[in-house]
Formats: sequence, structure tokens, C-alpha cells
Amino acid sequence: MTEELHEIRLRVNGIVHTVSVPARRLLSDCLRHDLGLTGTHVGCEHGVCGACTVLVDGRPMRSCLMFAVSAAQHEDITTVEGLAGPGGEPHPVQRAFAECHALQCGFCTPGFLTLIAGYLEDNPDPSEEEAREAVSGNLCRCTGYQNIVSAVQRAAELRTAEVVGGPARAAEEAPAPQPHSEGGHQ
Amino acid sequence: MSTRLLGAPVQRTEDRRLTTGGGSFLDDLGSDACAAAFVRSPHAHARIRDIDVMDALDVDGLIAVYTYDDLTGPMAEPLPLLIPHPSIIDGRTPYALAREYVHHVGEPVAMVVARDRYAAEDAVERIRVDYEILDAVVGVEKAMQADRIVHEGMADNVAAHLVQEVGDAPAAIGAAPNTLELDLEIERSASIPMEGRGVYARWDSARGGGLRLYSSTQTATGVRAAVAAKLELQLGQVEVVVPDVGGGFGLKIVHPWPEEVMVPWAARQLDREIKWTEDRREHFVASAHERGQQQRVRVGFDDGGRILGLDVQILHDNGAYLPYGVIVPIVTSTQLLGPYKPGAYRVEFHSLYTTTAIVTPYRGAGRPQGVFAMERTMDAIADHLGKDRVDVRAANVIKPDEMPYDQGMLFQDGRPLIYDSGDYPKMLRMITDLVGWDDFEEYREQARAQGRRVGIGLACYVEGTGPGPYEGGHVQVETSGKVRVATGLTSQGQGHETALAQVVADKLGVPMSDIEVTTGDTRRMGYSVGTFASRGAVTSGSAVAMATVRLRDKVLKIAADALEADPGDLEIIDGRVQVKGSPAQGMELGTVAVLSNPLRYAFDAASAAATQFSGAADYDRPPVPEDEAPGLEGTDFYSPLRCTFASGAHAVIVETDPATAEVRILRYCVVHDCGNLINPTLVEGQVHGGVAQGVAGALYERMAYDEGGQLLNASFMDFLMPYASEVPRIEIDHLETPSPLNPLGVKGAGEAGVIPASAAIAAAVEDAEGFRIDQMPISPSELFHLRRRHARGEIASVPRRPAHRSLTKEN
Ligand code: FES
Ligand code: FES
Repeated sequence: MTEELHEIRLRVNGIVHTVSVPARRLLSDCLRHDLGLTGTHVGCEHGVCGACTVLVDGRPMRSCLMFAVSAAQHEDITTVEGLAGPGGEPHPVQRAFAECHALQCGFCTPGFLTLIAGYLEDNPDPSEEEAREAVSGNLCRCTGYQNIVSAVQRAAELRTAEVVGGPARAAEEAPAPQPHSEGGHQ
Repeated sequence: MSTRLLGAPVQRTEDRRLTTGGGSFLDDLGSDACAAAFVRSPHAHARIRDIDVMDALDVDGLIAVYTYDDLTGPMAEPLPLLIPHPSIIDGRTPYALAREYVHHVGEPVAMVVARDRYAAEDAVERIRVDYEILDAVVGVEKAMQADRIVHEGMADNVAAHLVQEVGDAPAAIGAAPNTLELDLEIERSASIPMEGRGVYARWDSARGGGLRLYSSTQTATGVRAAVAAKLELQLGQVEVVVPDVGGGFGLKIVHPWPEEVMVPWAARQLDREIKWTEDRREHFVASAHERGQQQRVRVGFDDGGRILGLDVQILHDNGAYLPYGVIVPIVTSTQLLGPYKPGAYRVEFHSLYTTTAIVTPYRGAGRPQGVFAMERTMDAIADHLGKDRVDVRAANVIKPDEMPYDQGMLFQDGRPLIYDSGDYPKMLRMITDLVGWDDFEEYREQARAQGRRVGIGLACYVEGTGPGPYEGGHVQVETSGKVRVATGLTSQGQGHETALAQVVADKLGVPMSDIEVTTGDTRRMGYSVGTFASRGAVTSGSAVAMATVRLRDKVLKIAADALEADPGDLEIIDGRVQVKGSPAQGMELGTVAVLSNPLRYAFDAASAAATQFSGAADYDRPPVPEDEAPGLEGTDFYSPLRCTFASGAHAVIVETDPATAEVRILRYCVVHDCGNLINPTLVEGQVHGGVAQGVAGALYERMAYDEGGQLLNASFMDFLMPYASEVPRIEIDHLETPSPLNPLGVKGAGEAGVIPASAAIAAAVEDAEGFRIDQMPISPSELFHLRRRHARGEIASVPRRPAHRSLTKEN
């Protein structure tokens, strides 16, 4: 009863990995356990919670609903570990989540971050209603979503500032950090 | 620090790792561990005739299969009854693996260990269990009837029975000018954290053996003690480390779970690392639920709406076992009183076994049911007398000058139910102002003219928070000047790392960025209780504050010696100890740490300063003075006299669709009093999350068991956990009535948001529809059927409500 293994190549966060997996290996398990990218979380394994969301060729996909062998047919996968810029500067949505207190336990967070990062590429300036709609396919048990919706809009602001003026400008345009926010940036 | 950190909306220190994929949750650990999986009962009630594992043995990667017969000693005994109570008649708890009988779907029957989870599940599928199917018992009515019995050797299904009385309620009701009787029911729901349970064990056989256990739990020390007892180890042989936890909401305070003892036991048997991560279906059927309760209320009141006597009968569904005792119905019984003072009170509960998942506290822990009973009663009294609903509440609330107020009962911590502080009349004024209670009739008329149905409701609660016995804090300054803080209780997203760092930063005078907080690690703090009952800020916050004060005293003493100054003349600003008024005269905290630990050997320039030939010494006293210890650290424990009582009120405006019976929340307003706020952003986050679970429990979530004890909606496809599209925007107003019982003046904030939601939403739906709502949750189809029954005259209308208040405006 030994399972047949398939050698696949996955490009994740810009790095090409070669792994041997059985055909039934979920992409979520492959990312987490074969590649050690444990930032992608698994909340249901039946495609409802969105915790496992990653960007596949730029589009948000549920990695628990995809086999690793089928993911290998795509160009490029981005997980939460790959959202930051080349110099490690946080993605606008990562900054926005911290600023807006859009996470508590943080278990659902990687799924929201990748989802929103993908969403903002197509919808750079969502209204509050659109922002709420955009995140309405992912479950969070902690936050009640209100601050997540705010974070979508804040991320859009930060992102626009970055696109217009580069990261330095974005930092300038962001409101001054709250008086006691040192703790957030240690 | 020039500005106070306590009370400031500081950004969380946790977020950097959690937004970059750097968190370490249970399943992120142990990449080389073997995987465990469990064979679980598919039946609600059955006798195990035989377990046949032969087919599983040739699964590639299989390491071991265990059944009850493999267990010996304490492992073969039932799991502990964690909170014994005199009301418990027959307290049954499960075995680590089922012995002969199973009592709910999902109960673990056999354990498989294999190379990875895929292989383990392959083996699980091939294990055949021969069951003799027995009768299921579902729902409190069936349990009470006792035609079918859940547990062998019992004559009925009553696990516990308790009557509590303050005054003579039946007599008071008998003599009252007005009486009402109400049946009020709440269905089952559950915590459902996004991360399920999980356990990862490493056995080290060197030197008599030692266990390192990681668990997604709300109590590190509880797990340590329970597992040590089961495995016959000394506490000193067991370390429990709680990694990042993806939500708990009460569920993860239960310990030890069957899986939580089986995984370390097998790790020792096999001398291998083993990990078990719960999947979503397992979580639904095999963890724990709450809320299911039937409540019959009899109330007698005067013409002003003042309650003279209140008599409540509670039927509580505790599921298949009673590992957590009767905390939930005790909390309902006591916290049902809310901010009110009935003339006399009698409450009786029966806690009943059913063949369903166990029932243990879920955020709110029995209060949502109690508040539902009390607040629905308040509305019924108002309607009976033709009074405004706020007026009736105002007539019954305890006034600030009556504080502390003794309700005359014992609370869930075994200590008197004495409210420490609160301003309930003000709370009522604030909530009616926030929601615009007095302007609502006008709005209703406008809506009516547009063919829309709207309604308003409100509900109040009091929540006993921060129970003992105690928590500890340890604060240590490193020679680098960095400050390490530890407390024993665990975190599941509350932001303890940030809030506790704020306490230390504020009390010591160091920047937040120099502080690192560890929670839930027995290696750093071995004495602790756990995270439950909204106690983190109260107990650990206070303990850390007290430890910091001790540390600060030591800092000032050592620095004063070195600076030849008086400790009273020193201050600590931004991590530097200096003489007030002449800041040039001072030293860094790190230097004080060096001086606090006299050294023989130098390893760098800083430590050289603490060696024996480095400076003037006082030959008349030893290097470490008597009554002192080396090192710059402070430890203290906070043990509260009793709970501190937070309070609040929610008001909701809903619109119900005349055709589809859908309920839409138009406004959700919260007034919340948790004493002094350490960090308003974190508190508001707690309220948001609580309200979301409250709305979920009121309109969407229920555990749908069929008569055979099968859970029909054990997935996120079928269990309707709300998305962002269902949870309303929440408006919050804070009231801050400090607690006199702890040094920070804080009260717990974790559970409050969920508590009055079902009551407030039921009241608003009732107000929109014009007939009573006595059962929650309510789905569109249920509302639709209620409308039909109302149209047929089977349900009484609520009378038209007065447009204006009389009493509260003067309050
Ligand atoms: S884990 Fe993939 S959607 Fe829930
Ligand atoms: S932050 Fe905990 S589930 Fe979303």
C-alpha cells in the first residue's frame, strides 16, 4: 500500500521548490508541511472559511480546495509570507491590519491579508460597502469584522499613496503614528 | 514616560508576527512529529462489542493503534471532574478512550499513530468497530422524562440539582398584585474558534523522563497538573507551553481532553514526537457546546413594575458528561439577576445528561440565557402594565449609593455575590441616549408609512469577572535594559502581550519596545489558573502591576546606593533612573541590573562593573544583603477577594422583512462598563467580537441534533457562522466605574459583548412584529411560522407600547 509520488515544481513567493507529493496532497498541506510555510492556515478544509487563501497567479484561491499537483500547473503562488516588499517592508494591508486592530487571535488573518491584497489590485479604492462585500467570504470568529472592513479601506489608502509616491511617500502621508504606538513597531 | 500608557489606544505588539505568517500555532509546530488520528463513535449511544484493527495493520506508515484495553493505572480511570460541587448527584466523565460504552457521536474509541495525518486517517478508516446501538437521549424534555437513560447505573438523567433561595419568593409572588409566567428557551451553540484543539508532545527519556507538551489550551498549569496525574509524573517532569492560540472563547479551558492525555501517553510509549490537530468535523462533534437551556419564570410585581418575587426553574442540557461541573447553570442562576434587586428570589436547576457533545462554558457562560430570562421578563412586565420598557428597568435597578450590593447568594467562584461598583441608572440613560430611544416612535411611524417594519429593544447585564483564586506576575530587567514579563494564564487573541506591557511600561517607566511578555508557559510561571471568566486583565494585570511595583522599589534602592541619592528623589524615565530635577545624574536600567547581581567573573564591560574589585565595597555587609536576592526582578501574586462586576446595556434596532421574514439589524448600540480601560482599542475589539457571537447566536447559529443524536450541521457549510455581511456595525459608549477591588481598578471585558445580544434582538424583533418572542435563535422561517401562528391567534399580541417614558428622565 505505498502511494505513488509525483515530483512537482511550485513557484512560491518567487522561489521555485521541487517536492514529491502524492496526488491527493492538498496545496494547503504541501505549503505548510512540505515547504514549511505555516503562515497559511487551515480552518475547515472544506472551502468555507477562507483561512487557507493564497494568491494563485494573483487571484485569491482556497488552498484546501486545490491539490498540490494541480497548483503546479500555475505560474506563481503568493502566501502571507510573500506579501511584504523586497526589502521586507510590510504590504499596505499588513500595516492597515495592525493600525486598525483588525486581528485578535490572528488565525484567520493570513487568509484575509492575501484575499485583500489580491482584491485591491482590481479595486484600488473600495467604498465601505464594497470593502465589506470583499471580505464577506472569509470567516473570523474574533473581530466581528468591523475593524477588518476599516482595514480594507485603510490599506487602499496606504497602497494608493505607495503607488503614487513610492513607499517613502506613503510613510509620510500616513497619519502620524498614535502617541504610544512604539509597541506596534518593535 | 511623559504620557500615561495605561488607558492609551496602543497598537498591539502581537501583530507583527501574526500579520507576516510568523505566528506559531499548534499545527505549525513539530514538523517532524508523527500524527495521531482517532476512531470516533458514529453513534450517539452504543455498547462496543468488538474493535477489529486487522485491516489497518498494512497501511503504509502505520506506527501504532491503541484502544481502551491498552490503558492501565490512572489512564484507565475516567478523566477528572474538574469542578466538584455539592449539587452534583452523579458526575460522569469520559475515559481517554471509550470503555465499553459511547455516549455521543464523536467520542474517541481508538487512537492511531502514523507517519503523517493522511496515513493515520487511512488506518482509522480501516478499523471496524462492532456496536450494539442503544437509545439516544436528545433534548432536556426527553432527558427529564427519563424513559431512556444515558448512563448505566443511573435511574434518571439528572446529573445535578440545586435550589437557591433569597427570601421567600413563592410567598412574595403569591401576595403580589400582578403575576406573570413565561417559558423562555435558548438553543445550543458553541465557541467554534477558527483554530480547533491540538496537542503536540515530546518525550525525553533521559534522567527519569520528561515531557514537553504543547497544547492549544486556555490553561497551561491546569493541563500540566492533569496530564502529570494521568501519566504518573511529578509536576517537575512536565512542561506545558501554549503557543499562539487561534481563539478559545471558553471551550479550551476544558482539560484534559481525551486527546490531551492520549497524545503524551503515546509519545512516552513510543518515545516519539506525536501531534494531533483537530479537524473541523471533529471540532463540531467531539469538543464542547453550550447555551441549550429551558427556563420557566414566575414573577410577581407591583403596579410600578417593581419585582417583588422571582421564581425561575432551569432545565440545563449538560451533554454526555460533566467534566466542567455545573458552572454554566450556576452562572445562569446567579447572573440572571443582572443590575436588578428583586424582593425575593428562588432559582432551581436540573442539569441533565443527554447523548450529545459535552456542554462547558462558551463566552458568556450561562449569562446569555439568564439575561434572556430576566430581560424578556422585564419587557413582559412593562407590557402588562402598559409602561415603557426602560421605565420598568429603571424601577428595578440597584442605585450607586447601594454599592457594594450583596445579592445574598454564592457566585460561581464559591464566594459571595456582592457587586463592587457600577452606575446602572447612568448606564440606562447612556444607552437610551445612544440609540435615541425617545425618538424611535417617530422613526417607526416614518418607516410604517414606507411599508417597513422596524422595532427597538434593549437588554442589560451584570457580569462577574476576574475570579480567583489568583494569578502571578514576574517582571525582570535584563542587563541589556530589556524587560521580560511573564504571567501564567494564556492568550487566545485578547492582546495580553500588549496590555500587560502597557502596565509594566506605565508603572516602571520603560518604553513598550523594551518589553517582552510571555503567557501560558509553565517554564516561566508555574503558578497560575487559566484564562476564563474575563479574568486576564483583572488577575494577571493586577499581579503584573504589583510585581512591577516591587521591581521598581528594588531598582530605586540599588540605584540610590550607586548614585548616593535618596530613593525618593529618583524617577525612571524612558528606561533611565535619574535624580528628579537633575537628569544628568542617573544610570540606565540595564546598569542597575548589572549592579543587582554581584559577579566574580566579567564577560563584557558592563558585567565588569559588578565584579569584586571594581569599586568601593562595604566590608561590613555581604555582597548580597540579607533579605535580598541577586538579580533585578519582581514577582507577585494577585488573589482577589471576590469577583468584580462589570455591566452594560445593548440596544438594537431591527427591520423585519414583511415578505421574507428576514431580520436585518439597522443599529447595534453598546454601553459598556469594565472599570478603568487599559487599552480602549482592545476593549472595543472584545466588544465587537462578543457582539458578533451574540448576533450569531440570536439569528444564525444552532446545533441541529436529530432525534438519533446525529449532529446534522457539523460543518461550516451547514452551521451558519456569520460572515462580514451578517454582522452589523457596532456603536460603543464607555462608562468607567473603577473597581475598588484591584490595584488597576479594572473589570473584565472579554465576554460582555455576547451576553445581552439574544435578549436585545428578541426584544427588537418582538417590537417590530407585535407578538412575543420567547425562544432564540430565530431564523426567517421560524419568524415566518410565528407570524402565521400569530395570525391564527395562537400567540398573544404585545400591546401597543407607550410612546414616552415617565420615570427615567428624572433619574
Ligand atoms: S481551510 Fe480552506 S476554506 Fe477553510
Ligand atoms: S482574529 Fe481570530 S479568527 Fe479572526
